[in-house]
Order: sequence, then C-alpha cells, then structure tokens
Amino acid sequence: MSEMKGESVSSTIEAAVRVETKRQPLPPRERLQQVFDIRDLTAIYGSKPALKDVSMEVYKNLVTAVIGPSGCGKSTFIRCLNRMNDLVPSFRQTGTIRYHGQDISGRDVDPVAVRRTIGMVFQRPNPFPKSIHDNVAWGLKVLGMKDNLSDRVERALTQAALWDEVKDRLKASALSLSGGQQQRLCIARAIAVEPDVVLMDEPASALDPIATQAIEQLLHELKGQYSFVIVTHNMQQAARVADMTAFFSISRGEEGERWGELIEYDATEKIFTAPSDRRTEDYVTGRFG
Amino acid sequence: MTSLDATTDAARRPFPGRRARFGDLILQGTAGIAAVGALVLVGLIVWKIASGARPALHAFGLPFVWHVVWNPVHGREAYGAGSFLFGTAVTSIGALLLATPIALGVALFLSELAPGWIRGPVTALVETLAAIPSVVIGLWGILVLAPILRDHVDPALHSTIGFIPLFGPSSYGSNVFTGIVVLTIMILPIIASISRELFLTVPQELKEGALGLGVTRWEMVRGVVFPYAGGGVAAAMILGFGRAVGEAIAVALVLGDGLGIHLNLFDTGQTLGGKIALNYQGSGSGLETSSLIYLALILLVFSILVNLLAQLIVRRAARRKGLAA
Repeated sequence: MSEMKGESVSSTIEAAVRVETKRQPLPPRERLQQVFDIRDLTAIYGSKPALKDVSMEVYKNLVTAVIGPSGCGKSTFIRCLNRMNDLVPSFRQTGTIRYHGQDISGRDVDPVAVRRTIGMVFQRPNPFPKSIHDNVAWGLKVLGMKDNLSDRVERALTQAALWDEVKDRLKASALSLSGGQQQRLCIARAIAVEPDVVLMDEPASALDPIATQAIEQLLHELKGQYSFVIVTHNMQQAARVADMTAFFSISRGEEGERWGELIEYDATEKIFTAPSDRRTEDYVTGRFG
Repeated sequence: MTSLDATTDAARRPFPGRRARFGDLILQGTAGIAAVGALVLVGLIVWKIASGARPALHAFGLPFVWHVVWNPVHGREAYGAGSFLFGTAVTSIGALLLATPIALGVALFLSELAPGWIRGPVTALVETLAAIPSVVIGLWGILVLAPILRDHVDPALHSTIGFIPLFGPSSYGSNVFTGIVVLTIMILPIIASISRELFLTVPQELKEGALGLGVTRWEMVRGVVFPYAGGGVAAAMILGFGRAVGEAIAVALVLGDGLGIHLNLFDTGQTLGGKIALNYQGSGSGLETSSLIYLALILLVFSILVNLLAQLIVRRAARRKGLAA
C-alpha cells in the first residue's frame, strides 16, 4: 500500500475548493442526525495498539471520509464499526461505539445482526465466484428477502450504475467483469440487502481513474438513502466525495511504539482549506512523509 | 551450438551460443528413465494379471463378473465375482457415505472454527490416523470394534430401524457393517485432511465479503467455502473411495468371508481384495488361482475407472473456475 506523495499539492487544494463550490452547505452539526457516536475507542491487535482514544460522530446521509497515512489505523477503525475485527483472534477493543444509541461493541451484541445493518465494501473487489446475478441475489436469498428477487437485483445493480453494462449477461461469471465493474457489483451486493450504513475500505484503490470516478459519482447519488464511511488514502478523493473528513495520523511513544490517533475531524472544506491542527495541514498540503 | 563459436564471436556476440550442460543432461536422463520405467511397470502388471487370469477367463468368460458362486470342491469347481463385487461396492459406498459428512465437519472445524491452540494438535492427530497401517486397523476392528458393534450397536439399530431391510437380524460381529465402519475410519482422515487444506485456500476476502453482508458463519461456509472448494472435495472423496475399494487386509479380517448378495448389513460378506488376500495362499487348484487373479483384474479395471472419474471431476471443476477467472 503506497501512500500518495506530495506531487499534487496544489491540485489537491484546487480540487477541494472546486468541489466545495458545488457542494451544498452543511447544516450545523447539532441539526444533523447521529448514526454513530464513538467514544474513547482503543483497538489492540495482540499487544500492539492500533488505535487510541478515538472519539467522533458519524452523521446520517452524509459521506464521511477517513484519511491519513499508512498504518494510522483507518482500516482498523471502520472494521470496528461493523464488528469485522471479531474475525481476528488477537483483537481487543475498549471504549464505546453507539449506533443510534446502542453500544454495538459489547459481547452481548450479535455481530451478524450488526453486519446485516452496517454493510461493507472492501479494498480489493471480492465478488463471489458465481454469476453476476447470483452475486447480488445470494445475500438476498440467504437473508430471506426472496420476494421480487429479480426486481431487487435489478434495483441494486441500477443503483450501483452497473445495470446497463450487465443486463444482457446476468448469467455470466462475475469474475469476467473488469475491476471497476467488479467493485460496483460488490457495492450492488452490499446495498441490495438494504443496509443503513455502508462502510468502504479504500474502495477505489485498486481501480483506474475512470472506474474511480464512476464510484465517486455513485456515492453522491446514493447518500440520500444511505450513510457512507469511506477510508481513502487519496486526498483528492476525500475532497471530492466527503461531507465530513476525519484525519488520522501515527503517534509515537517514548519507546518507539506507534499507534493511530484521530487528529482532527471537521467539515471537509475546513479540513482541506483551514485545518486547525498543524499535522493536518502538513498532511493535506503534502508536506508530510 | 558449441562454446568455441561463442569465444571467437565474443566481440560481436555478447552471449555464448546455446550448449548442453552436464547437469541438465543427467536430470533429463534420470527423469526420462523413471517416467518410461513407470509406464513399463504398469504395462507389465496389466499383462501379467491378464495372462494369469486367462484360464479362468477361458473357463467362465464374462459371466464370471456377476456369477455369485465360489466352489473349490474338486469336480464341481465353479467361481464367480458377483458376491465380491457387490461386497466391494456396498462397503466402499457405505464407508464413503458415512465418512464424508464427518470428514467435512472435521475439516471445517479445523479450518474455520477451532481456536488456534486446538488446530495444531488435532490436525496432527488426524494426519496420524491416516498413517496407521491398515492391518492394525483391521486387527483393532476384529478385537475391539466388532464385539462392541455386535453387542450394542447392531441390536440397537435392528430393534429401532429394523423395518429397513438394511438393518436385519445380526448374529456375528464380523459382518458387512463392521467392514463399513473400519473402512470409514480408514478413509475419514484422507478426506478430512485434503478438505481442510482446500478450505484454507478459500481467500479471506471472499469470506469477509460474505460475512460483511450479515450472514452467519454456516451460511458463509455453504455459500462461499463449499462452492469454492467443491471440485477438490469431490476429488478427495473419490480418493478415499479408491482406497476403500482397494483395501484388502482390514476388510478381509472383519467381513466374515461370506458369499451372496443380500441387503442385510449385519450379515457376512466379502470384497474383491479381501477374497484375494484370504484365499490366494491356500488356493487348491490352478483354476481357483486363476479365478483369484481374474478378481484382481476386475479390481484393477474398477480402480482405473474410479481414478479416471476423479480426474474428470477435478478437470471439470478446474475448467469452471478457469472460465470464471
């Protein structure tokens, strides 16, 4: 995973400003509805802390971007939000993650039910080795949403801006699609089961610019129905798609230990044009690393 | 071609010409001889068995394959493979049916569910089970397993589901059912350890993709792990089946050397391999010996067919995946 260097500092800022001018102004935060309320989240793999004391809120029907250098714990962070880290045997976490008021990090909460409501799209496109149709239909069938199956599949593929490209070959293998199409299929698969939140872990990092653009366009169109949290190492992308941006960075302890930390969380425009923390400014202007 | 050219042309040609290297020659020679040797060996075996079986082939012809008779009494000699072919099929299929679900369960447990500290030791144990010589399992079967089955399991099955003809009255500890259980124990570790490795090859990304939709572990296994590993698991099953078909000593000890075609699993039986192992030493006449070799010929053909089937399935699965990729 290579981080982008500062070769495009000015274009970053320009892009941010350009997008800003098109963006609807955000209502004041207290008028926004909270989806997640995260308090003092600390995540540990084995004995190594990956994240320390993260506190932030995620708001409904917005795109929230998580940016930061490699190893700052941004993937760990969003994998906490749908209990994906449960699959890692040595993983532990402390703090609370309230989803509409309920703490979902407790042992008594069913992670399967959490993931059912909070969907995920992964870094590398990971379609199942099934047909295009079955990739979307499988989750629907397993989860008992069998009524109007073909309508649901069509709707999900349409929402993911893939329908026109695949409607004539729904029985073809999903693996015959291009990388960008595969990723949009994975998005269709995730939204077909009607989650409330969709988490995206660097969804465009393995894609070419055109496929990336298609996915960013899709985020704009879908955020009326879902709330998105998107991890990206691409700052222009955050500037283009996100309403709110959280900047994570790496902190170093006295004995050389490293962990990720939330440095600053604000409206995207503010993060990219007038950050209040020096470290954020260094990162978004490309002076960092 | 020679190194001489290369040195004289060195100024114009920076690379020397192609030349034969001693090590390569040796490798090619030994590997070639080994490959041809294997072919010759298989050919010799087939030829030897076919020629040994010729007197019986002459005397009984093709009907030998399905005739249910084995009478070595001089003057009334008559032989047929029907009973043993049937016994082989019943014990092997029974063992496969019994072993497959358990083996898949073991494999799933070891690859998906078990905590790390259990995985290592249990995996090693399962693989050790596969390495136990079949004669030891056969001996254990006759000394330990057969009495237990005879005294407890067989009567219980007969009294509860005895209305199914398979579970008829039992009297001996050595019967078809004991043979099935012994074969199950033998092929279970093969299917389990191969399946475990196949399950481990399923990419973590695919599993996470499924779990991320909010499905349970079992639904993930059924929807993603099984389809992904399916062709390989089928091949593992056929490999286990092949071992069950070819097994001689262990089943010869526990089947009770019966003759006949019957549904009752609690009656005696015999397999092709078992009959050969039991009777070859003491076979009275040339015709009986030849008939035993005829049995071996049938076993050989049967095994080859099973093997071809396995390759076909694996290739079809691979092609499906290849098409997909």
